[in-house]
Amino acid sequence: MGPIGVLSLQGDFREHLATLEALSFAAVKVRKPSDLEGISGLIIPGGESTVIDKLSKIYNLAEPIKELIAKGMPVFGTCAGLIMLANKLEDATPTQETFGGLDVVVQRNAFGSQANSFETTLVFTGIAEPVSAAFIRAPIVLNLGPNVEALASLPNGEIVAVRSGNILGISFHPEVCDENAVHAYFVEMCKTANFTSTN
Amino acid sequence: MSETTNKNNSTPLVKRGLAEMLKGGVIMDVVTADQAKIAEDAGAVAVMALERVPADIRAQGGVARMSDPDLIDQIIASVSIPVMAKARIGHFVEAQILASLKVDYIDESEVLSPADYVNHIDKWKFDVPFVCGATNLGEALRRITEGAAMIRSKGEAGTGDVSEATKHIRTILGEIRALGAKSDDELYVAAKELQAPYELVKEVARTKKLPVVLFTAGGVATPADAALMMQLGADGVFVGSGIFKSGNPAARAAAIVKATTSFDDPDVVAAASRGLGEAMVGINVSDIPAPHRLADRGW
Repeated sequence: MGPIGVLSLQGDFREHLATLEALSFAAVKVRKPSDLEGISGLIIPGGESTVIDKLSKIYNLAEPIKELIAKGMPVFGTCAGLIMLANKLEDATPTQETFGGLDVVVQRNAFGSQANSFETTLVFTGIAEPVSAAFIRAPIVLNLGPNVEALASLPNGEIVAVRSGNILGISFHPEVCDENAVHAYFVEMCKTANFTSTN
Repeated sequence: MSETTNKNNSTPLVKRGLAEMLKGGVIMDVVTADQAKIAEDAGAVAVMALERVPADIRAQGGVARMSDPDLIDQIIASVSIPVMAKARIGHFVEAQILASLKVDYIDESEVLSPADYVNHIDKWKFDVPFVCGATNLGEALRRITEGAAMIRSKGEAGTGDVSEATKHIRTILGEIRALGAKSDDELYVAAKELQAPYELVKEVARTKKLPVVLFTAGGVATPADAALMMQLGADGVFVGSGIFKSGNPAARAAAIVKATTSFDDPDVVAAASRGLGEAMVGINVSDIPAPHRLADRGW
C-alpha cells in the first residue's frame, strides 16, 4: 500500500512525519496536487487553520483533498487539522473555509489564550493505554452528527476526539508528546481501508 | 471513554508547542486592529501588537516602551490568530501586564529600550511563553536557560536591510553545526566559551538543533528575503516594518507568506515578487552608528 501523506504547507508537519517514521510507516510531504498521487491516507497537521485554509487554496490542494475525502480516503486531523475537517465552525474568520467531511461543529480556540493551554492524559476508545495529549490553543467538538463517534473527552465532558468512517479528528497534539498510539490507530485505519489515491 | 488524570498548564512542552504550530509561517508587526485584520487575511500565523513599528521607533527616537493595553486589547479582539506583544528587556512588570492582558506570547525585545542592562526577565515565572532575540548560539542558549520557549535571530530591526538577519541566522546554525562535530570531552570548554549551561550545550550537540523553534527577524522586506531566511534554515519569519511601511501592505504580506511556504521553489518566489509596488525605503545597517544598532542590546 502507498505511503501516508502529510499536508506540509504550515505547522508541525515535521513532527507528524517523524511519528510515522518512528512507526516504520512510509510518509510523504504533500505540498502540491501531484504529491497526492498514490497515497493511502492523509494527515492534516497542527498549525493555524486560517493559514492552512488559504495556502491549500493557493496551491490548488483544497479541491483534490475534498474529492479524496468524499471518495473515502482515510484522513486524520490534529488541532488545526480537526478544524479543517469540520463541516461547520464556531468563531471562524469571515472568509474561512474547511475541507469538511466530518459532520460536527468545531469551536476554534475553545480554551482561550495560550496561558490556558495544557498537557494531560486521555482515555481513548480503541487504544489500550492512556494517551499523552498537548492541547495548544485547542478546539473542541460541539455537536456530533448521527454517524460520528466520540473517542475521547475531558473530565467535564468536552469532546476532543471523534471518528466518522475513515475520518479521524482530534483537538490535541500527540505528535509533540512522543506519543505514537493515535498515529498507530490511524495507520490501522489506512491498512483496513486499503485506499489508493488516484487523481 | 473519558476520565483524565490532571491538566498541567504552562509546561515547557506546552509553551514551546505553540511555537511548533507557528513553523513555516510569517509573524507580522501591526500597530492597529485594522492592520491586524489585514495581516490575518493575508495569511499571518500570528501578529505582534505594538505602538510603533521599528522603523518609526528608529526615526522618532526616544524611549520605546510596552504598548498601551487598550491597543493590545483591540488587536486581541480583532483577530483569531495568536497575538504577541513586546516587553522591554528585563522589565518583568511590563511582562506581568502583558500576561494579565492574555497575550499568547511575550517578546522580550531589543527593539524597545532596555529596562535592565544586566538581567533579562526570569521567564520561568510566567505561564505565558516568551520569544527572545539572539545574535549567536551562546545568547540563544542563555535565553533558553532563562525560560525562553522560542528564539528569533535578531537581525537589525527597522532597516529593511536583511544583511544582519543573514549574519545572525548563519552564526546560530553554524555554531550548532560546529558543536555537533565536537567530541564529548570538548563540550566542557564549548560550554565555557558559549557562556551557557553544559547540559544544554550537550543536548544541542547531540540533537544538532535548538530545543525550541528558531525564527528569524530584523530587516526582512521582500518575498526573496523571506525565502532566503527559510533556505538558510529558519523555522519561520518575523516581518516588522517591511509590510506596513511598503506601498501595498496586503499584497506584500500575502506574497511574503507564499514565499515563506514555497521558499525552495524559485518559480513561486518569482511569481510572488511581481507587482508589489514600493518596498520600504530602508537604511543600510553600515550607515547606522554602533550605539543605534538594536541587535547589540541583550547580554
